[in-house]
Amino acid sequence: MPQMNMVQAINDALRIEMRRDHRVVVLGEDVGKVGGVFRVTQGLYDEFGDDRVIDTPLSEGGIIGTAIGMALYGLVPVPEIQFSDFIFPAYDQIVSELAKYRYRSGGEYPAKLVIRTPVGGGIRGGHYHSQSPEAQFIHVAGLKVVCPASPADAKGLLLASIRDPDPVLFFEPKRIYRAAKGEVPEGDFVVPLGKANVVKPGVHVTVIAWGAMLYEALEASNQAGKQGIDCEVIDLRTLWPLDIDTIIASVKKTGRVVVVHEAPKSCGLGGEIVSLINEKAFLHLEAPPKRVTGFDTPFPYTLENEYLPLAHRILPAIVETARY
Amino acid sequence: MSTSDATHLALYRQMVLIRRFEEEAARAYSQGKIGGFLHLYIGQEPIAVGAVAALQPDDYVITTYRDHGLALARGMTPRAAMAELFGKVTGCSKGLGGSMHFFDAEHHMLGGYGIVGGHIPIAAGTAFASKYREEKRVSMCFFGEGAVSIGDFHEGLSLAALWKLPIVFVCENNEYAMGTPLSRELSVEDVSTKALGYGMARDRFFADHVLTVRDRLAEAIERARELSEPTLVEIRTYRFRGHSMSDPGKYRTPEELEERKKRDAVLRSRADLEAAGMGADVEAAEKEIEDIVADAVRFAEESPEPGPGVARSDNV
Repeated sequence: MPQMNMVQAINDALRIEMRRDHRVVVLGEDVGKVGGVFRVTQGLYDEFGDDRVIDTPLSEGGIIGTAIGMALYGLVPVPEIQFSDFIFPAYDQIVSELAKYRYRSGGEYPAKLVIRTPVGGGIRGGHYHSQSPEAQFIHVAGLKVVCPASPADAKGLLLASIRDPDPVLFFEPKRIYRAAKGEVPEGDFVVPLGKANVVKPGVHVTVIAWGAMLYEALEASNQAGKQGIDCEVIDLRTLWPLDIDTIIASVKKTGRVVVVHEAPKSCGLGGEIVSLINEKAFLHLEAPPKRVTGFDTPFPYTLENEYLPLAHRILPAIVETARY
Repeated sequence: MSTSDATHLALYRQMVLIRRFEEEAARAYSQGKIGGFLHLYIGQEPIAVGAVAALQPDDYVITTYRDHGLALARGMTPRAAMAELFGKVTGCSKGLGGSMHFFDAEHHMLGGYGIVGGHIPIAAGTAFASKYREEKRVSMCFFGEGAVSIGDFHEGLSLAALWKLPIVFVCENNEYAMGTPLSRELSVEDVSTKALGYGMARDRFFADHVLTVRDRLAEAIERARELSEPTLVEIRTYRFRGHSMSDPGKYRTPEELEERKKRDAVLRSRADLEAAGMGADVEAAEKEIEDIVADAVRFAEESPEPGPGVARSDNV
C-alpha cells in the first residue's frame, strides 16, 4: 500500500470519484488553477477541466447556494469552503435550505452534496482560521458531519460521503493535513459513515476524540499507560450520526470516560456525548465523565497550545478520572 | 375561436383558478383550518401564468414563500396544493411544508422559500447544471423587490453573469416589502438597473396583461436557452391583499388600493375575451373553476393528517 499524507489521500479520493462519476464537480475559491489554499485539489483542474473544477469568486453563500441547485438538478457537487471559519456567510444556505431538502420535498430531493472544509487550530491562524464549528452543524437536523484523523480514513470517508444520499459536512483537520501519514489502500476504498474506530483497546478509561486531537489523546494515553492506566481510545470519525453503540460498549467496560475536542466546551459535541452516556450507561459509571476542550473564548493567536486540548491537558483528566 | 383566443382563454382560466383557489384558502384560514402563515398572490396572477406560458414543461421554476400561484400555474393539482395548506398527508409536501414551502418535483417546481432571497443562488445552481449537461433547460427564479437588498440576490446574479448561465431572474416588484414602500426600501426604485453592474441583460415592464408578460419573458427565456445568458426582468405589479393574512395593510390608503385594482389583469383579460365574443366560454370556465376549487377544499378537509412517523427520525 502506498504511503500518503491526508492532503494526498483526499486528492486521491476526489480524483477517483471524478473519474468514476461525471456528475461530480468541485467548486470553491482557488480550487482550480491554484489547486486550493492547502493544495488539496491540486492537479484536478488539469485532468478534469474548468467545467468540473470551478474557481469561484469570494462568495460563500453563492458557492453553497449554487452547489445546492446543482445537486437538485442531479449533479454531485463537492464545494470547498477555504477555512471552516468562512462557512458562516453560507450558514443560512446550509441550515435553511440544504439541511431541509429531503424533508421538505417529501423525500424527492435529498440535495446530495459534500462540503469540504479545513477545520481546527494548530497553524497559529488566530480567530478566523482556527475554529471548530462542528457542533453548530450537528445541531441542525438533516446534516451528516465527518472528521477523519488518518489519511486512509480521509480517503474512505470522503468517498463514502460523496456517495451518501444526504448532505455531508466534511471537516479536514488542517493541523495534520501533512503531519498525518500512513498507508492508504489504492483505488476504490470506502469507510462507512457512522462507524467509530477503537484505535487502542483498553480497560480503565475510555478516551473519545476525533481529528487532530486523536493524536493528543493517544499521546496522553501512552503516558497514562506508564502510570498503569490502560486507556481505550475511540476515534469517532463520523461525528453525526454518532456511533453511540461503540461508545456505550466501551463505557460499560471501563466505567470512566474523557471526551476531547478543540471546540469551546459549552454546548460542544462533548456535552451531547456525555448526556447520551448518562442516559444509556448511568449505572455503569464509576466516575463523573470529563471533558477536555477549547475554552469559551474566541480562538487566540498566542497561547494556542494552551487553548487546544493537547496531551498535557488530557493526561491529568485521564489520571483524575481513573483514580476517582 | 382562433388559436390565440383559445390560448388567452386558457391563460385566463389559470388566473381565475389561482384567484379562486386563494380566496377559498383565505376563507379556510379565517375558519382556522389553515394554520401559520398564508401569503396570497391575488393581483400578481398574470406573472406566474404568463411566465409558465412562455416556458417549456421541463424548465425549472423556483420562487418565494408567495408560491401558490406559481405552483398552480405550473400544473400542481389544486387538491395537492389545498391539502398542503391544510397540513394533510395528501399535500404536495406530505403536509410538512405548508403554505410557504410547496414543492413539486413532477412539474420541476423547486419550491417556495421562507428565507427571502435564499433561493436565488440555488437557481443559479440549477442553471449551471443545465449548462453543464448541455440540456438547454432554463431556470426561472422569482422573488420580490424586498429580496434585492439581500446578499444572496447579489451573489446569485454575480455568479450567473460570470458563468453565463441560462437563467431568468424575475423580480415581482409589488411595491411593498411587507409594509415598507418601495421609496423607503431601495435607493434606486428601478430594480432592473441592478443588472448593469453585472453586465447582465435587463427588462422592465408592468404586468397589466398576461399576454404582455408571456411575450416579454419569452425574449429573456430565448436569451437564456439559445445564448446561455442571464436576464434580470423587473415586472411591476401590485398585491391586492395584505402581505399575509395577518396584515391589515394600513400602510396604504383604500384609494390607492382601489386605483390599482382598476389595472387588474384578470379583469382586463375577461373584458378582452368578452369583447372577442367569448363571454359564454369565460362563464363556462369560471363555473368549472368553482367546482375544481370546491373539490380541492373538500379533498383537503377529508384527507388525513400525517402521522408522527412521517415527521420523526431519531438519530440516536
